[in-house]
Amino acid sequence: MVMFCILAVVILGSAVLCVTTKRIMRAATFLLFVLFGVAGLYFLLDYTFLGAAQISVYAGGVTMLYVFAIQLVGKRSLQGLIERMKGSRVCYGALLSLVGLVTVVAVLLKSQFICAAAQVADVEVPMQQIGYALVGAGKYQYVLPFEVISVFLLACIIGGLAIARKEEK
Amino acid sequence: MVPVQCYFVLSALLFFIGVYGFISRRNLIAMLISVELILNAVEINFAAFNRLLFPGQLEGFFMSLFGIGVAAAETAVAIAIIINVYRNFNSDNVDSIQNMKR
Repeated sequence: MVMFCILAVVILGSAVLCVTTKRIMRAATFLLFVLFGVAGLYFLLDYTFLGAAQISVYAGGVTMLYVFAIQLVGKRSLQGLIERMKGSRVCYGALLSLVGLVTVVAVLLKSQFICAAAQVADVEVPMQQIGYALVGAGKYQYVLPFEVISVFLLACIIGGLAIARKEEK
Repeated sequence: MVPVQCYFVLSALLFFIGVYGFISRRNLIAMLISVELILNAVEINFAAFNRLLFPGQLEGFFMSLFGIGVAAAETAVAIAIIINVYRNFNSDNVDSIQNMKR
């Protein structure tokens, strides 16, 4: 419980700073802290493999992409392009998020299925079980999504290259 | 043992912080970062509900795992588009983009 509270404070504090800071580079750095906090939550849930995937894919890959994009996109952005925040849009966004938050939390805390929470044993989900489920072809096994996502990643690589390529004039 | 409500409230807060960022920011990269926050909130929910409500199954686990993969791909393509937009419009602000082609 103590660990959960620490992680929650890190995640929420970094997320708030991430959306309110005016400099894009700082927003990317705070995003990195949020991602590490979420990986910590996965470790807390005994999903070690998921936490490792989160750290390697998000913190290692996606954040690097953001940093490179910020460097490439603007000299001004890098030096802290002071983004103008319109007051009306901030009010509108805050109002909409508050209304949505209250609605969602009220609905889910009232619902009954959440009471069925089981007391799980504090053991790590074994890697062998995950591996069998990931590449098995039977019921509750996931070889088809696994293959689909590999083709999808290839398509995204080719698409990204085709879009970002300089056009010859 | 942390009750499932705590995970749920945490991910709902993270989700709506992301929604707030998506609405209030006008910079393309900042909006994309907000989308990442939203995706992470959803993945926390999948993993926590799977672990605490149905510990014998692995559906939420794989949903989170594939969500991480899809988010990485989405980021790569979106950043390629943003770089291209910046090259054509010399701006990374949403309001300055009126047409797809100049």
